Amino acid sequence: MSTGVYMQMLLLRQAYYIFQEVGRSLIRNSLLNFAAVGTTAISLFVLGVGVLLVINTNEIAKTIESDIEIMVYMRHNLAEEDALTLEPLIDNISGVQETTFISRDEALKSLVKQFGDEVEESVGEENPLPDTIKVKISDPREVNKIAAEIEDLPGVESVRYGGQDFVKKLFSLTNWVRIIGLLLITLLGFCGIFLIATTTRLTIFARRREINIMKYVGATDWFVRWPFLLEGIILGFFGALLAVGVLYFSYGALIAKIQETISFLPLVNSSAVLFRIFEGLLAIGIVMGAVGSTFSVRRYLRV
Amino acid sequence: MISFFNVSKVYPNGVKALQGVSLQIEKGEFVFIVGPSGAGKSTLIKLIFREELPTKGQIYINGRSILRMKRRDVPYLRRQIGMVFQDFRLLPDRTVYENVAFAMQVVGAKRSEIKKRVPEVLKMVGLEKRMDDYPLQLSGGEQQRTAIARALVNNPSTIIADEPTGNLDINTSWEIMECFQEINDKGTTIIIATHAKEIVDSMRQRVIGLERGKIVRDEHRGVYANATT
Repeated sequence: MSTGVYMQMLLLRQAYYIFQEVGRSLIRNSLLNFAAVGTTAISLFVLGVGVLLVINTNEIAKTIESDIEIMVYMRHNLAEEDALTLEPLIDNISGVQETTFISRDEALKSLVKQFGDEVEESVGEENPLPDTIKVKISDPREVNKIAAEIEDLPGVESVRYGGQDFVKKLFSLTNWVRIIGLLLITLLGFCGIFLIATTTRLTIFARRREINIMKYVGATDWFVRWPFLLEGIILGFFGALLAVGVLYFSYGALIAKIQETISFLPLVNSSAVLFRIFEGLLAIGIVMGAVGSTFSVRRYLRV
Repeated sequence: MISFFNVSKVYPNGVKALQGVSLQIEKGEFVFIVGPSGAGKSTLIKLIFREELPTKGQIYINGRSILRMKRRDVPYLRRQIGMVFQDFRLLPDRTVYENVAFAMQVVGAKRSEIKKRVPEVLKMVGLEKRMDDYPLQLSGGEQQRTAIARALVNNPSTIIADEPTGNLDINTSWEIMECFQEINDKGTTIIIATHAKEIVDSMRQRVIGLERGKIVRDEHRGVYANATT
């Protein structure tokens, strides 16, 4: 028999033993394992909630940010043709994303449409509204600068935009949500690893005699490690699976409820994004299990 | 073959367990290591087994230096040495058969090999009728014989026993020693650390006496204590 084939057979025989051990341990310590899966599920669930919270806040912030626009009012005596020539000038200012020209007639028409014919009557012959250019900008943080630049253009009477304070507050809010979210996620990640480490440590502690004997009869480190590693991975995986399941149904129900009442709120509900989060949670669960159990078993290998 | 060259062991807490020990144990020898508690017997055994590393000196087991050995090679050293302990160290939730088979599973033996070899070894130690019993159903002597079977099952060149009869009455102790003698007759080196004076005295094997970490005597066909002391 070649050494390659021999090694394969050796691995196969050891794999049989290892799976037997994992099964035995999972059944024997079922209560303990239940606790480990539960705690992992809880920490991953909170982690998932954190991630969803962050991406939803980002989404809402992005939408509000993109809604910020500058209204540019023309001098009343400016002819519409001259007002129209201003549009490309504004377009050329860096940071400007899109401009829309609203003539005074259009403005009046939409006013009338909104408030009825009395408006038309009270206005009389002379339309008091100015020509307006609606400006969308790419970065709301530059709203001040751009507005000032536009105001300096000839023929501009005044500019108006959503308060600078509001934008500032919004940004500090979204930043805080991101930072707190990240902290929360890191913290909970460590909690999960710690819990799995503790659980595998209990399993290992319950089996320390066995490990000790294994080391004495000449087991390799990996031979001792594998069953615990696999056990940790299985625990982490099932914990994550539970978290993903609960998250999937509760998030779906929550989204449906919110969109019933506040339909304009832009919430993340694309299954592609959700599946990526769920995949991530499963991967994290597996890694947590592996890291936790490796961490625990290390001490007992030093014999 | 086991060779110690000027071996000293100082534990991190400052205890000098062994000081300048040199000795040679040939293949197939039967050696008693005797001495009062704390003389360094257990440390000597731990060094052979590479559970501890010497602070000074050099140790060779079957021609290989313990000091130069890589960590990942240690399991293969241990497969050449069978260990027997005072407290037996059997797994209580496994039968006699499973306890012995365990040692073969760990080194990746074939299942057919295990099925053939385990009953063979159990017969050698006289436990062929107790294969399916659990350790707690056995007497102390039977438990120790199970442990000897486990140490023997992978065909080691050496068996080391640390106080193997410490928990057993004198008759049972004799049975265990006879068991070791039979194994030795088949060519396996036997090293036993013990306090069992009468047994050592009557077996007339090589005796290495340790006191305060030093070899105070090394006699072939020796006894537990010198007539002069």
